[in-house]
Amino acid sequence: MSGWWLVALVAWPALMAAPIVACGRWPNLRETLSVITGLVLLAGVILQIGPLVDGGRPDILLFSILPGLDLHFALEPLGLIFALVAAGLWPLTTIYAAGYMRGNREPDQTRFFVCFALAISAAIGMAMAGNLVTLFVFYEMMTLVTYPLVTHHGDAESREGGRTYIGLLMTTSIGFFLPAIVITWLISGTTDFTAGGILAGTGIGSVGAMGLYALFIYGIGKAAVMPVHRWLPAAMVAPTPVSALLHAVAVVKAGVFAVLKITVYVFGLDFAYQTSATAPFLWLASFTIIAASAVAIYCDNLKKRLAYSTIGQLSYIVLGSAMASKLGAVSGSLHIVTHAFGKITLFFCAGAIYTACHRKYVSELNGLGRAMPLTFTAFTIAALSLIGLPPMAGAWSKWYLMSGSAGVEEYALLGVLALSSLLNIVYLLDIPARAFFLPGDAETPKGIAEAPAACVIPLCITAAGCIALFFLAHPIIDFVGTALGGPA
Amino acid sequence: MITHFFNQMPALVVVVPMLAAPLVVLAHRQWAAWLIFVGACWAIFGMAFLLFVEAKIAGQVSYAVGGWAPPFGIQLVIDPFNALVLLLVTGVAALTSLYARASIAAEIVAERGYLVYALLLLCIAGLVGITITGDAFNLFVFLEISSLSSYALIAMGPKRRALLSAFQYLIMGTVGGTFLLIGIGLVFMMTGTLNMADLASRLPPVADTHTVQAALAFIVVGLSLKAALFPLHVWLPNAYTYAPSVVSAFISATATKVAVYAVFRFVFTVFGVDYAFGTLPLGEVLLVLSAIAMIAASLAAIFQTDVKRLLAWSSIAQMGYIVAGFALATPDGISAGLVHLLNHGLIKGALFMAVGALFWRLRGSSINDLAGMGRAMPVTSAAFVVGGLSLIGVPATAGFISKWVLLSALFEAHRYLLVAMLLLASLLSIIYVGRVIEALYFRARPDDVTEHAHGEAPLGMQLATWALIAANIAIGLHATPELGAAQRAAAGLMGGGT
Repeated sequence: MSGWWLVALVAWPALMAAPIVACGRWPNLRETLSVITGLVLLAGVILQIGPLVDGGRPDILLFSILPGLDLHFALEPLGLIFALVAAGLWPLTTIYAAGYMRGNREPDQTRFFVCFALAISAAIGMAMAGNLVTLFVFYEMMTLVTYPLVTHHGDAESREGGRTYIGLLMTTSIGFFLPAIVITWLISGTTDFTAGGILAGTGIGSVGAMGLYALFIYGIGKAAVMPVHRWLPAAMVAPTPVSALLHAVAVVKAGVFAVLKITVYVFGLDFAYQTSATAPFLWLASFTIIAASAVAIYCDNLKKRLAYSTIGQLSYIVLGSAMASKLGAVSGSLHIVTHAFGKITLFFCAGAIYTACHRKYVSELNGLGRAMPLTFTAFTIAALSLIGLPPMAGAWSKWYLMSGSAGVEEYALLGVLALSSLLNIVYLLDIPARAFFLPGDAETPKGIAEAPAACVIPLCITAAGCIALFFLAHPIIDFVGTALGGPA
Repeated sequence: MITHFFNQMPALVVVVPMLAAPLVVLAHRQWAAWLIFVGACWAIFGMAFLLFVEAKIAGQVSYAVGGWAPPFGIQLVIDPFNALVLLLVTGVAALTSLYARASIAAEIVAERGYLVYALLLLCIAGLVGITITGDAFNLFVFLEISSLSSYALIAMGPKRRALLSAFQYLIMGTVGGTFLLIGIGLVFMMTGTLNMADLASRLPPVADTHTVQAALAFIVVGLSLKAALFPLHVWLPNAYTYAPSVVSAFISATATKVAVYAVFRFVFTVFGVDYAFGTLPLGEVLLVLSAIAMIAASLAAIFQTDVKRLLAWSSIAQMGYIVAGFALATPDGISAGLVHLLNHGLIKGALFMAVGALFWRLRGSSINDLAGMGRAMPVTSAAFVVGGLSLIGVPATAGFISKWVLLSALFEAHRYLLVAMLLLASLLSIIYVGRVIEALYFRARPDDVTEHAHGEAPLGMQLATWALIAANIAIGLHATPELGAAQRAAAGLMGGGT
């Protein structure tokens, strides 16, 4: 019976898309409906926490797509954490989006909210996927329904951005991800996510496992390991709420979540460690972390800088997966949560700045801190969290990543993480420093004030979340740890 | 009475459309012609479904035409293989009948409308005949019936270029038909029989002769021409582009598929797997050609400026996928080829119907004409998008199922180069589908277009298009029955062929 809850949760936002369309002519009703849909979804996901902590694993086979390949939903701790993050941040983003879209008089708002609901449905579907095929179905669904959001403005620039976005994501998923799934299916006879993995004992050698893992990682373009990262900056042509929820939380986290899930439940940590299937990605992810941070320093466009920052931060999670150890997996899943809160706050701030004074470039932000104190304070908190300083949540994920690196005796990774933190300081703290300490430009108009309340309240909440999670991180760590077997 | 009807069904599937054709001519009036057309199409669809079930239960349904027992008389045979093809042909015909009324009224001069219905019925009768006949010469006769009617159908296209395209197709098609006839003549000369099952048992003793080898070559080349297998595809882009929309939709979904069916009916049932793929290197030849077809035709599709022509090139590429599956000559390969044969029929039928609906409104099908139609005709455009996604092979569509089973079969057969080719062709399909979608949604309507270029196509056209789209999604979500039927068919073909 409890399996049907999963189906209901996946279907709920998609079904609510219909009433949202029907209310298209009454914006207030439409947005209220969107927020209510989000809150109901969140409540539904929260209700799953209790049974899962008690060791329950809801599971349901819906029907067979092909013999042996079912549409299969199953929930386990990693999936629940991803679902909680996506469902938890959606209502906030909806409120924020209502303020942003109206404040900037964006067209086609109904289509926007419908695609948003469908994207969340896809995210929940991925979180609850019980096998690789189901995961792939919702992975592609997410690519497709976010395309109209990325290209929302419909002009030449968004068409170009959209081309890169869908071109890269579809190319990698059909070119690499799909064959990787087919190979897994052929050699192991199943695609079910199974504790301990399904590849051990199939006779696939060390080289084969390494190649298969590479197919998976580069096939999951959403994880943005270089060189398949270009879609992420391209997607920044989207309205800021899209960048905030999708390209800081749902889409990119869907990618790294898939990486984590495949590492843990398809390869299995022991098998991955013994064959060193994941080992090359310790260094490929490290390269991405450093290179993306270096690029971010030179980006003057604020959203683009945040996009490159995201690429670097995503590779933290890939790095955690590639350690093929329990500490690594725990730090990866923790970073999914902490980075989500940090990065969505930063994007909310970027959108609030744009709504308030239509500025997109870092060099234009001098002196704005006094006019928009709440926004820039929130920005600072989130930036500190991403850098990894206590008392912000990001401190824990960095702590566990470092202990994980020491655990697998790759001490060079400690240097990578430390260098990355320094680079984060350079490109992230630069922004509030300009806003608070540099004098404003001569042409700065006097009348700049905070963005509408619908924009500012959500970003204050998520910034508060960055601090709160510092104190609440341990339940998450224990929860994931027990799922992987024994305490972390 | 009822049992009598059931016993006669194999003949009726061919006879009903064939007799309905002159009835349509006699009725003459458009609406009466259309009603007869709809009645005949749905009747044979119903019968095809019953035959499908019967073939599934009994393994094979055999019918001796005129009471002359095979191998002396003509035999109609429905087995799990052609029952599926029959279902595709009649199913698409039934949906085409709903689609035809508005489309023909808009594209064909009113006085000649009834002729289209009559020709379509003849074409359907021919295709159904090819599919279920168990007699080699009879297959040639039905092939000519379907070919002649399709030449005339294409010539009725709204532009003058249609005449030239029909002529081009006529020349190529006649060459193909003649090759087939020569091949059949050669095997008849060697064995003295035309019944396929009988041929299969009489060929092995004489198989090691140049005559039989030449016969196989003539038959495969002749039918490949009709199937538009690269490099014998030259007639296809023009034919699909200039034919009336309803004809493009019907023919693209069925005619080439039936020709592929006929190729492999001869190869597997008459000549046998061991002979064609063991003694002779047919497998290697077909695999190389299909690999070239996938890549070259997909590249060509990218550079087209007309959507119908783009889809036509894509069809040539997709024929490569189908033939690659069959040419592996493994049970998995054959069932994968058959699955894609069916799925591609549904995909291309849906896409051509959507483009036909746009043509109905716009009187043009170039990509430039389509600019901005996403807002003007949202329902039709959405159908095109879903059909396009299925063509690319996005999960939860029929195209994904095809890609999955083809990839599995190719991996199992260790054809890694073909795996790469198939994936590359899929990526190219993203580009050409994407071009159309960008035109539909990202470009503004030209300013000089009057307001009448808004509003959706008539209900019948939309109904037929969305029925095919729904079939695509249904198969994408639950393909187990389809694959099961295809595996039964493959087992039948591999298991001796007698």
